[in-house]
Amino acid sequence: MKVAIPVNDKSMEASVSESFGRTPYYLIYDTESKESVFLDNSAIASQGGAGIKAAQIVVDNRVNALITPRCGENAAEIIQAANIKLFKTINDSIKDNLTAFVEGKLALLEEIHAGFHGHGGT
Amino acid sequence: MKIAVLSGKGGTGKTLVSVNLAASAIDSCYIDCDVEEPNGHLFFNPKDIKTENVSVKIPSVDNKLCSGCRKCIDFCRFNALAYIKNNLLIFDDVCHFCGGCVLFCPEKALSEKDYAVGEVQRGVSGNVEVITGILHTGKESGVPIIKTLLENLQGNKKFTVIDCPPGSACTVMESIKDADYCLLVAEPTLFGVHNLNMVHELVTLFGKPHGVVLNKCQEGDNPAEEFCLEKGINIIGKIPFENELGTLNAQGHIAVRKNETYREFFSSMLQIVSKGVQNEATTHP
Repeated sequence: MKVAIPVNDKSMEASVSESFGRTPYYLIYDTESKESVFLDNSAIASQGGAGIKAAQIVVDNRVNALITPRCGENAAEIIQAANIKLFKTINDSIKDNLTAFVEGKLALLEEIHAGFHGHGGT
Repeated sequence: MKIAVLSGKGGTGKTLVSVNLAASAIDSCYIDCDVEEPNGHLFFNPKDIKTENVSVKIPSVDNKLCSGCRKCIDFCRFNALAYIKNNLLIFDDVCHFCGGCVLFCPEKALSEKDYAVGEVQRGVSGNVEVITGILHTGKESGVPIIKTLLENLQGNKKFTVIDCPPGSACTVMESIKDADYCLLVAEPTLFGVHNLNMVHELVTLFGKPHGVVLNKCQEGDNPAEEFCLEKGINIIGKIPFENELGTLNAQGHIAVRKNETYREFFSSMLQIVSKGVQNEATTHP
């Protein structure tokens, strides 16, 4: 099974990014082969609609699940349309989240925010 | 004659100046282009209001025709489209209605549909025709509403006062585009100077004749006035920071309709602007 996580650097030791749409990189991790690939997020500098473009990248990489601290409504609509499961991170450690995911201990991300749309957020 | 009233930030007194200038003229038109939060109508209480809906053209897809080439997605700088599971998804609220995706689609799978973004209300308040633009909550851009407000303006009014949105972004550029004169309203603070500088750069870039109204003037230093003197910008008027004006305004009254001193003050401001436009017309015909 392939999972995607927004991350702050191209390393398994890096932290999970607070933002799904404007994260610098995505980790695409294969739970069977234990293979990890880091992708640049070309949506990061978008004037608008970063979440939409980012979700397209994740979908195009044929992942089965997305693990993220939060997700905006447009991105969530795409992730759901692609039948990708959306899970909430437990902390900012990539390894902790992957372990919890493999053990089936991650909860689904229920809270979808309306998007910041030019109004910041942290 | 079209006079645009603008400022780099909100709360400097654009609406105070616009409303009172329009009301001090014998025959005028007041246009509220601050479509995200129009408030001039609160002072005018216009009667006989006629409402016109404003809509834009956004893309609509026929997924049976879509081949999934993604030319539309690659073109859209606002990322309003996505291609998921052999379906093109369109995010209406993100679209800036440029129409590019429809032009680029090689399969003619995209067509245009109407999308309501707001309305324009026209009414009358005494000697003033009052036109208000209203952007529906959550809609992305007020520009189409401002275009509707300013197109087909009847030329039968001697003065048209355009109350602009705050700042210097697209909506302000659209509002001042056809103005004969730009009146910049500024506060007597360093922050006010910073914002005045922004709009001053904008009207200079647009090559518009312009002048500054210094609002909330008190005794002591006025950084905005110093800025004008330094840059050689005409100061058209200085509005004192006084209780009576503040009270009238806070009660939703139009000062020039209640107080003869204010009527004379704003009338003379209108004459100065009027002369400024005529001078401009003779020196730069």
